[in-house]
Amino acid sequence: MARTDVQLMLDVKAGDEASFELLLHRYRTPLVNFLYRMVRNREQAEDLAQEVFLRVYRAREDYVPSAKFTTWLFRIATNLALNSVRDTRYRKLEISIDAPITTDAEDGDERPLDVPEKRPNIEQHLVEDARRKMIRHAIDKLPEKQRAAVLLHKYQELDYAEIAKILACSESALKSLLFRAYEALRVELAPLVAQQVRNQG
Amino acid sequence: MSCERMESRILGYLDGRLKESEKLEVEKHLAKCAPCRLRVEEFRAVSGLLEELPVIEPSPEFDMRVHALVAAEPVKQSWWVWLHVQPRVAFAASMLLLAAIWLGHYRQPQTQSPWNDPVVADEQMMQDLPVLEDHDVLSNFEPLKELPPPVQNEEAQSQQQPM
Repeated sequence: MARTDVQLMLDVKAGDEASFELLLHRYRTPLVNFLYRMVRNREQAEDLAQEVFLRVYRAREDYVPSAKFTTWLFRIATNLALNSVRDTRYRKLEISIDAPITTDAEDGDERPLDVPEKRPNIEQHLVEDARRKMIRHAIDKLPEKQRAAVLLHKYQELDYAEIAKILACSESALKSLLFRAYEALRVELAPLVAQQVRNQG
Repeated sequence: MSCERMESRILGYLDGRLKESEKLEVEKHLAKCAPCRLRVEEFRAVSGLLEELPVIEPSPEFDMRVHALVAAEPVKQSWWVWLHVQPRVAFAASMLLLAAIWLGHYRQPQTQSPWNDPVVADEQMMQDLPVLEDHDVLSNFEPLKELPPPVQNEEAQSQQQPM
């Protein structure tokens, strides 16, 4: 039977390096994806994810399993991401407020795993690409805290209590945050949403 | 239930995280409120669109970089860890400690000599006083200092001569 995250972390605390390796393997992909969607830069996302693991390792001796391991892990990641986003925004403002800001995703940095090698046709590829771009832009436009809430809720599938702890807010405040985020996405993605609703109906 | 209260439940309803009673309440409201029904459908569509984003994999160097960061961390070692790593040192230290305790414990009665009692010590000194006085007289007796050094016996002298 696979050891739980808390058991692994307690083993790391006791000096077992192999358990740290297992945690690294278990969480590197979710962390990199979460951070990538937060900061919109692949290299920066990897740097931040490495920093998260380093902080986990540094804190091993003082680790007390008072909360779920994922709550702790994503709290570190969220704080790092929010600081990074604020720093980047500040730097970009300093450089120029006129220059167009392009993201890695627009430069084709994202390497999807689930894209088939042989595409039916180039037109479908362009349509899919445009849809993804719209969705990414809609997420990017969300205020940072709303973005973090949506990402943790949708992609990490954490429960409300966990996400509320990560974002240091109450559960009711989180529900309101998520509602506002979904409302903003609904408006931003209106054409795609209408199409989707028609298909569902 | 009002449309405002739907706001805090709509995502829970879509996720299937509501309690049974809350779920029934939501469904009752949706049955008679077309705008809320549409909003639920639209939120469901948003959720579906979010799933279209692909998952990215960390670069092949990711693990290596984490290992390098961890390896560069200074090793924090306390005395206890050091003793744990060096069992011989731990054994020697514990032996030393036991010896110290033993000496402290068993040597204690010997130090309870009559000299520790001031009255007994004074009496003893008074008894030894004539001897001490004789010693003082002899060591300071001037004519004795003028005597030639004692003659070594012949045997000792012959042993010291080279062969």
